[in-house]
Amino acid sequence: MNTIKEFKFKVGDAIPEFRAPPLTRLTLALYCGASGDYNPIHVDSDYARNVAGLDDVIGPGMLTMAYLGRLLTNWVPQQSLLEFQTRLLAPSRPGDCIVCTGRITAIEEGSPRIIRLELQAENQDGKKLAIGAAVVGI
Amino acid sequence: MLDRTLIGHRFPPFQVELEKGRLRLFAKAIGETNPIYTDEDAARTAGYRSLPMPPTYPFCLGKDIPDPFDTLHLFGLDFAEILHGEQSFRYRLPACAGDTLYGQKRVSDIYARKNGALEFIVVVTEFKDGEGRVVCEAEQTIVVQRRAGS
Repeated sequence: MNTIKEFKFKVGDAIPEFRAPPLTRLTLALYCGASGDYNPIHVDSDYARNVAGLDDVIGPGMLTMAYLGRLLTNWVPQQSLLEFQTRLLAPSRPGDCIVCTGRITAIEEGSPRIIRLELQAENQDGKKLAIGAAVVGI
Repeated sequence: MLDRTLIGHRFPPFQVELEKGRLRLFAKAIGETNPIYTDEDAARTAGYRSLPMPPTYPFCLGKDIPDPFDTLHLFGLDFAEILHGEQSFRYRLPACAGDTLYGQKRVSDIYARKNGALEFIVVVTEFKDGEGRVVCEAEQTIVVQRRAGS
């Protein structure tokens, strides 16, 4: 966790990737209850098919963002995180294996030292689910 | 077309407690393995007062209110017409289990793209602590896709 104290990264470097476990319907149900986001499109396949006109439920974008958050907090202590943003491009589907990656785009010397990152979450087929950015102060 | 006069609309202020059990459930839901998010001793060793609020959790705080879908109801929209397009957070102070946060949501912008086929609602939620200090800000962009006939 705190290996970041000896900061050896430079602009362009990738941070250690984070691979989420395969997305199960149990995870979707737990996330629904834990997040308070009771939009039925994420858990109720009857609703997804009959009302929303989809083949099946789709994963919440905020779960994808939560995985990007894990990418960040696996890399730096959460106190360092100053800003975090995500554009949600496509929903996840049950069975997806989401891979989160990040790359340093800028380092601004100062106290704290400011690190800017670009972030991406894609599924096992390389489909981009989300892109984002973060600002970290170390 | 969405009612542009609702730009600036403020929803009723709310207060919400960061509950330890709920934070543990959230950690379980996102598969979190770092013990600081589930074990208070580990959290304290890492310098937190208690379990820290994870980075995306402020979004969930905005759902812990009597009408979590107040934005949809304000604009008369259905779940099936909307997508969550963007989300951002700005963090000012750490928040931990046991803290009470005071939230205020407002419609900060409404705009259209593709000749009005897509409309966007931007909702900003500011969270303060008991002393009125800003803890974090969450900004959600909702994409509205009108269905045929509506």
